Amino acid sequence: MTGWYIQRGPESDVVISSRVRLARNLEEFPFPFKMNKDQEQDILVKVRDVVSGSKSDTIQNTLFVDMQSLNPIDRLALVEKHLISKDLAESQRICGALISRDEKISIMINEEDHLRIQCMFSGMQLDSAWDLCNSIDSEIEDRVSFAFDNKYGYLTCCPTNIGTGIRVSTMLHLPALVMTGYIKGILEACGKLGIAVRGIYGENSEATGNMFQISNQITLGQSEDEIVANITNITFQIIEQERTLRNELNKRNPFRFEDRIYRSFGIFSNARIMSADESLKLLSDVRLGINMGIIKDIKMETVNEIALLIQPASLQKFAGRPLSPEERDIKRAELIRQKLGSAKE
Amino acid sequence: MLCQHCQKRIANVHFTQVVNNKKVEAYICEHCAKEKGQLNFGTPLSISDFFSGLMGFGDTVSDSYVTAVPKQQVCEKCGMSYEGFQKSGKLGCNNCYGIYGDKLQPLLKRLHGSAEHHGKVPKKVLEDVKVTKEIGQLKQLLNIAIQNEEYEKAAELRDKIKSLEVER
Repeated sequence: MTGWYIQRGPESDVVISSRVRLARNLEEFPFPFKMNKDQEQDILVKVRDVVSGSKSDTIQNTLFVDMQSLNPIDRLALVEKHLISKDLAESQRICGALISRDEKISIMINEEDHLRIQCMFSGMQLDSAWDLCNSIDSEIEDRVSFAFDNKYGYLTCCPTNIGTGIRVSTMLHLPALVMTGYIKGILEACGKLGIAVRGIYGENSEATGNMFQISNQITLGQSEDEIVANITNITFQIIEQERTLRNELNKRNPFRFEDRIYRSFGIFSNARIMSADESLKLLSDVRLGINMGIIKDIKMETVNEIALLIQPASLQKFAGRPLSPEERDIKRAELIRQKLGSAKE
Repeated sequence: MLCQHCQKRIANVHFTQVVNNKKVEAYICEHCAKEKGQLNFGTPLSISDFFSGLMGFGDTVSDSYVTAVPKQQVCEKCGMSYEGFQKSGKLGCNNCYGIYGDKLQPLLKRLHGSAEHHGKVPKKVLEDVKVTKEIGQLKQLLNIAIQNEEYEKAAELRDKIKSLEVER
């Protein structure tokens, strides 16, 4: 496992990952939901040609994943890694994604827009994500004409993405803010600033395991740099609050704090049946325990790997066969014990 | 004035609700407003309702936008009708923005607080803008040259403009 999501990035005690996504459309075609099968195929061929003929190694080295040839479990596993959207996984169109080996880059083809260029990094690395995304965009732009209007900027299927077409987001682990209830204030403040807060899988998903994704909603009227700076600024403010609260909670009642973490860790590393929901809750405490130096012999990389593998589709891929929900819960507990056991040696 | 709902607390919220195209108004207290608000959110707001509301298509606001564009109008590139756009909140192609652009302005302002792009511009477009600007400047110089009867200079400028226009 070498993907970015296993690594630890800057500020990784709070920030799990940083992501930048650009929405782009080719000038000569209607947007995907208005295309016929021939046009869908044309776009796919065109984009793959552009990428394979590119001078830049970064995008030339991406692998094409054809959605039509993937089974539902493999599709869902890509969603769980955040490499493609749920919409693309469930799409009936001719569509696919170009994914880099390190899985930092994913270019979705024929999603809501013709292209969705996405770059993801571990920890707080929004600037790197934007730089990479920007350079990929420029590289592709040299060889195709994107739908662009002098007044409205890059044209997208949905007016919520128009202009820069950019979505900048950070994934945050905020257990102390949730425990103390202060998260409510943060959510309200973000809402007022035009910033969306969502659960781990983006739109319409709930915050499980104290994971929150914050992202910009405004795409028109501000420059990309301004939007990146804005999200960076707000993320750092939330990081500060979360850290202060963690220390405060620990200082005020260390026995209670440690007790909670050790109880969770005990169940996490010994249970024989583990639902997805329970595992995410416990994983949050274990993460916190490692961050606070209470759990010492488990590496964060191991936790990141477990977090990825315990999701339904990834778990079935790991097991090498489809599993019923009951079987999954047993396999999940087994996998956690195995990973934690081997990490100690 | 007492709350029309509970008749206990002082009314400090002017509550307006549209039910079956009829506006219902009430003066109620904050407490009751909260309850009503929650009840209201019980019926999920679809994305199309949301867009229609934002753009003023809905029943709550005047119909001036609807009459401005005939409902039968269809985008010649992708076949998207104005009605289809109202329903889905999505545009069918770049040409739709040209056709329905004016009607989009209020929506964009509400969504983004602005209706003008300030971000990245494709290199090709940037160069195009540069050339257009240059041609404009040269044309001005040409006019001056003609006025001053500097015909040799005018011919030179004219050739320059021509070559730039061909380039584009």
